[in-house]
Amino acid sequence: MKFGLLINEGPYNHQAADTAYQFARAALAKGHQIQRVFFYNDGVNNASKLTEPPQDDRHIVNRWSKLAQDSGVDLVVCVAAGLRRGLVEDNLAPGFRISGLGQLVESGVEADRLVVFGD
Amino acid sequence: MTETRDEIGEQAGAGVCKKFMFVNRKAPYGTIYALEGLEVVLISAAFDQDVSLAFLDDGVYQLVKGQQTKALEVKNFSPTYRALEGYDVEKLYVERESLEARGIREDQLLVPVQVVGAEEMAQLMDEQDVIIGF
Repeated sequence: MKFGLLINEGPYNHQAADTAYQFARAALAKGHQIQRVFFYNDGVNNASKLTEPPQDDRHIVNRWSKLAQDSGVDLVVCVAAGLRRGLVEDNLAPGFRISGLGQLVESGVEADRLVVFGD
Repeated sequence: MTETRDEIGEQAGAGVCKKFMFVNRKAPYGTIYALEGLEVVLISAAFDQDVSLAFLDDGVYQLVKGQQTKALEVKNFSPTYRALEGYDVEKLYVERESLEARGIREDQLLVPVQVVGAEEMAQLMDEQDVIIGF
């Protein structure tokens, strides 16, 4: 099955980003496709390369970057939500790209299921 | 990076029309969910999708007339709900139980809606291709 993912919550502040990541890994391991992961609301903070968690904690941003590198998953950050929160091209971690909300709608149209991870 | 409706429409390409429902559960102010959720509604409509909105729980407050936000120093975005008709977004469903629990009457809402019971709301959700909750 082809999945689209929408993440609406920031890393560390909320479980949504962790659950979405684990969902993506599990789906890929089962042979499904991840058509796109779209980051919206505070979810855009998942893409900040300035993120530096304590060493004994998981690195949520690097984990996404590695997912993109390993599996070629398309990680898209909403431009408007990003600008509002100071998340711009300059501080984007590897594997992420910035685009418009149309990419989320496209995900809803193209994927068999759009799964929302939010509060 | 402002996109016009025509440009967005061209990007849509495939011409597939799916049933999108946006489920609004949160109060209009206090968090950004209602405001940023509405942005997605407008883009979906520009993409020529079959869009409907559901209002449940504190989400019903989003549609209450006479919102005054000056003291909060945030923008009153409630007029946008009146503009939805211009985007051919005319299916607004409000859950009866949520209205009743909050003592809100249908005539206190700022746009025409269909008030439906929880059971009917569940049926409407069942008919959708895509459900996005904010």
